Amino acid sequence: MFSSDVPMREETLIDGRTGKWEIIIGLEVHAQVTTLSKLFSGAATAFGAEPNTQVSPVDAGFPGMLPVINEIAVEKAVKTGLGLNAVINQVSVFDRKNYFYADLPSGYQISQYTQPIVGKGRMVLDMADGSTREVGVTRLHLEQDAGKSLHDQHKTLTFVDLNRAGVPLMEIVSEPDMRTAEEAGAYLKKLRSILRYLGTCDGNMEEGSMRCDCNVSVRRPGEPLGTRNEIKNVNSIRFVMQAIEIEARRQIEILEDGGTIKQETRLFDPNRGETRAMRSKEEAHDYRYFPDPDLLPLVLDPAMIERVKASMPELPDAKKARFIADFKLSPYDAGVLVAEQSTAHFFEQVAKGRDAKLAANWVTGDLFGALNKLGLGIEASPISADALGGLIDLIADNTISGKIAKDVFAAMLETGKSAGDIVESQGLRQVTDTGAIEKSIDEILAAHTDEVSEYRSGKDKLFGFFVGQVMKATAGKANPAMLNELLRKKLAP
Amino acid sequence: MSDFTDMTLATARAGLAAKKFSAVELTQAHVTAIEQNRGLNAFITETPEKALQMAKASDERLARGEGGVLEGLPIAIKDLFCTKDILTTAASHILDGFKPPYESTITQKLWDAGANCLGKLNLDEFAMGSSNVTSHYGPVINPWTKAGENRQLVPGGSSGGSAASVAARLALAATGTDTGGSIRQPAGFCGIVGLKPTYGRCSRWGVVAFASSLDQAGPMTRTVEDAAIMLGVMAGHDPKDSTSAPMAVPDFKAALTGDIRGLRVGIPKEYRVDGMPAEIEALWQQGIDWLKQAGATPVEISLPMTKHALPTYYIIAPAEASANLSRYDGVRFGLRVPGASLDEMYENTRAAGFGAEVKRRVLIGAYVLSAGYYDAYYLKAQRLRTLIAQDFEQAFQTCDVILTPTAPSAAFAIGEKMDDPLAMYLNDVFTVPVNLAGLPGMSIPAGLSADGLPLGLQIIGRAFDEETMIRVAGVLETAAGFTAKPGRA
Amino acid sequence: MSLDKATVARIATLARIKVPEADLEALGHELNQILHWVEQLDQVDTTGVEPMTSVAAMTLPLRADQVTDGNRADDILKNAPNGMHGFFTVPKVVE
Repeated sequence: MFSSDVPMREETLIDGRTGKWEIIIGLEVHAQVTTLSKLFSGAATAFGAEPNTQVSPVDAGFPGMLPVINEIAVEKAVKTGLGLNAVINQVSVFDRKNYFYADLPSGYQISQYTQPIVGKGRMVLDMADGSTREVGVTRLHLEQDAGKSLHDQHKTLTFVDLNRAGVPLMEIVSEPDMRTAEEAGAYLKKLRSILRYLGTCDGNMEEGSMRCDCNVSVRRPGEPLGTRNEIKNVNSIRFVMQAIEIEARRQIEILEDGGTIKQETRLFDPNRGETRAMRSKEEAHDYRYFPDPDLLPLVLDPAMIERVKASMPELPDAKKARFIADFKLSPYDAGVLVAEQSTAHFFEQVAKGRDAKLAANWVTGDLFGALNKLGLGIEASPISADALGGLIDLIADNTISGKIAKDVFAAMLETGKSAGDIVESQGLRQVTDTGAIEKSIDEILAAHTDEVSEYRSGKDKLFGFFVGQVMKATAGKANPAMLNELLRKKLAP
Repeated sequence: MSDFTDMTLATARAGLAAKKFSAVELTQAHVTAIEQNRGLNAFITETPEKALQMAKASDERLARGEGGVLEGLPIAIKDLFCTKDILTTAASHILDGFKPPYESTITQKLWDAGANCLGKLNLDEFAMGSSNVTSHYGPVINPWTKAGENRQLVPGGSSGGSAASVAARLALAATGTDTGGSIRQPAGFCGIVGLKPTYGRCSRWGVVAFASSLDQAGPMTRTVEDAAIMLGVMAGHDPKDSTSAPMAVPDFKAALTGDIRGLRVGIPKEYRVDGMPAEIEALWQQGIDWLKQAGATPVEISLPMTKHALPTYYIIAPAEASANLSRYDGVRFGLRVPGASLDEMYENTRAAGFGAEVKRRVLIGAYVLSAGYYDAYYLKAQRLRTLIAQDFEQAFQTCDVILTPTAPSAAFAIGEKMDDPLAMYLNDVFTVPVNLAGLPGMSIPAGLSADGLPLGLQIIGRAFDEETMIRVAGVLETAAGFTAKPGRA
Repeated sequence: MSLDKATVARIATLARIKVPEADLEALGHELNQILHWVEQLDQVDTTGVEPMTSVAAMTLPLRADQVTDGNRADDILKNAPNGMHGFFTVPKVVE
């Protein structure tokens, strides 16, 4: 049904009972556009309102109601297309996709079929091993979201809430270029990151503002494409990866047993670890697409496209490349820092005029660790970028050691005070006065003459003991490098 | 006083301004006329209390020296326009009990201009028909009868109730909608003026949709002047309707200068159809002569695509309707027939709720859009539509307006043409091309048939040039001097 | 194109209109009449002719992104045949 020119890679194949198999994966993401009002009506789009309170008669499909398109939804679709390096189609058409369901009040969804607003594009995936892969994007179009059906509120009735009906969605379709669940995960991660950078979608999969349909088929290497199954509405990246593997295995087992794959639409059940065919979608739908006669063709103003282009932020790939070049960070570190725009911004503030590697380690190590424990995002970090920078300054000028710095960091989290204040008030300044260190060493060696003899006759491990003792005596404040150097000298026979 | 019901919008408005009578008196006279003429079945919902309430408020405004263009004038509304909290049915069982929580843009404009609401008028179900026999509420009876006969005749459709009520003097004017001729043809059958403006001139917001790219609302009145006045109130850009044209509303009344010297009137040779009754041909010729006498020049034009217009229409309109009517499903308003499952509920509700003609068109529409047939039917029809529009564009290079008969016959008896849907469709042969091209068209009563039934002539104008069309209509109206009144009124 | 009973039944399902088995043939006959009539359009040469996208010679107007509607659940639900607790209700759907 679709062809994929991606050459086969041996390392992506998985083992079946009777040989190797290649998995072909295409992803369709439905991303809710961040707007105040709906795509074709002035009702609000905010999440979590009382049922049917964010519904216009237009959304409810009342007689005589008509759609009028939201200009920001259009702009954000264009912006997203630019972020995906895609062709922006100056003329696009809205079509009616006709089918009956309780959460589709008009009996048709306004979507785009043959002439979408955005055409072919591409995205670069960042793989865990540091490599990158390019994946094609087939198209992006605007469409209405449907309402919500609740099947578990009543014994014999389904309840319908139309708050979500008419909310603007961007449907982003990938080329079937992915071959592993890992690649699918990387695609979604990157797409989510780009959407958040652009401010066109918040990428919140738990709340449903980003949903993924996975198209999965399998084939023996070199053979034509197999029949694909679509797994609908998977709402986390982790589940997407699980669902793909489970579905691929399911298809391989059927084929190896001599069966054929039925084209079906399926749901992923994470509790049972299986995909199940959806009953209502068993027969292929005839959507009878035709151009919506209530809407004229959408013709984009070139000035608007230019304005949107000019307002594009630096995107993750470009930022990552700049971090590597300017800050000399490793691709891995740079990748971690640019995943969220707010993190990258925070990091840059910390790294300004400082050791970038040190800054990167503190942000991705200690700070991330603390934020995770507190369940906070970096925007809500109790330690500001300037404050963290202050701590790093104290390490860089040898006021404190890296080890002491960790204690200071913990105190900063707890008290909200600056690093400088904490060091002063707790007297944590590192001892760098060689005389003082020597004095301490002399005292320790004098108090442990037996151990000194043992060390001098070959027990090297005791060096750590002496270091520990001096540190204890100086309340950890002895400069480690100096301590080591002086101790070695004094222990030498 | 029956004088009240014989007035026009213009004369009644002048009378109110001159304090010769009150709006309450004027409206009461019409309320009484409606009560006395229920046999015509023109109304689905009468709203006498509301009408009188509005009349009282009009009187107060008039007393203060205020008052809109239609202040105090009792009019009636085709039951396809959503009127807030007033039963709106589209003459269908499936909209039982539906009271819209919103007012259509057009009716709001009419109330803002001071008009009083007499009630909601009967029509063909969902505006699908040209005889008003498909209504769930029963057929409308034409107030005209053939000489020496008592057989009930159709008023035409789909705006049958609108045409009948204006002709029978139950309302000073009415609103109609026209998708393939539904204002013009019933106006022709009932001897009144019916005006379909350019597509986009009037807002469709709040008008129950039949075929979105063809539907237009318009005035149905007893004089051309009244149509011009009422159109001036109804027309105007509506940001809630994406197909509403951002065009300023001219002073249509001022177009009635009576002067058409030098105007070129196109006479399309393809409208001379086989089997056209001689008297219609004769009336057409009479119309041409009247215009010549007034100083216009008749010009033969060719509209070669004419014979393809009806089949083109009967692909496009049902296709759009099939999607527009999907919302009538028993979930959120109107009739619900229970079912064991959601799909069963849909199927039972729609089977019980829609009449036979509506079902036929919805099914045809679903078919022509379905997989494998879209190109052969729908896409083909849309290409033909381009050609039909080009025909007119071409013709308007050599003429300024076009003159044709309104319909290929006078009103026929209720019960005729029922066996064959196609026979019914042919009523619209002269009107349908105008909707496909999105042009303005109007019908004026020009004469009587040998049987004493009204016959109309249609004037077609350039897009957004209702003024020239109205000007020509005014001249024809004067020349025709049509003063006959229906027997049943 | 002639519709057989099975096709009529399929379209009726697409359109969610129940047509009793006994009526399928007659309905098919009526629909066929209309379809055969409209098929005369096949005769017209339309090569190179663009399908009409809109009679109105304008492009799609844009609306400012403001909340101007909603917050009227009562209006939205007041015509509902079986509204409950602020929801529309339908016979239960099993997915």
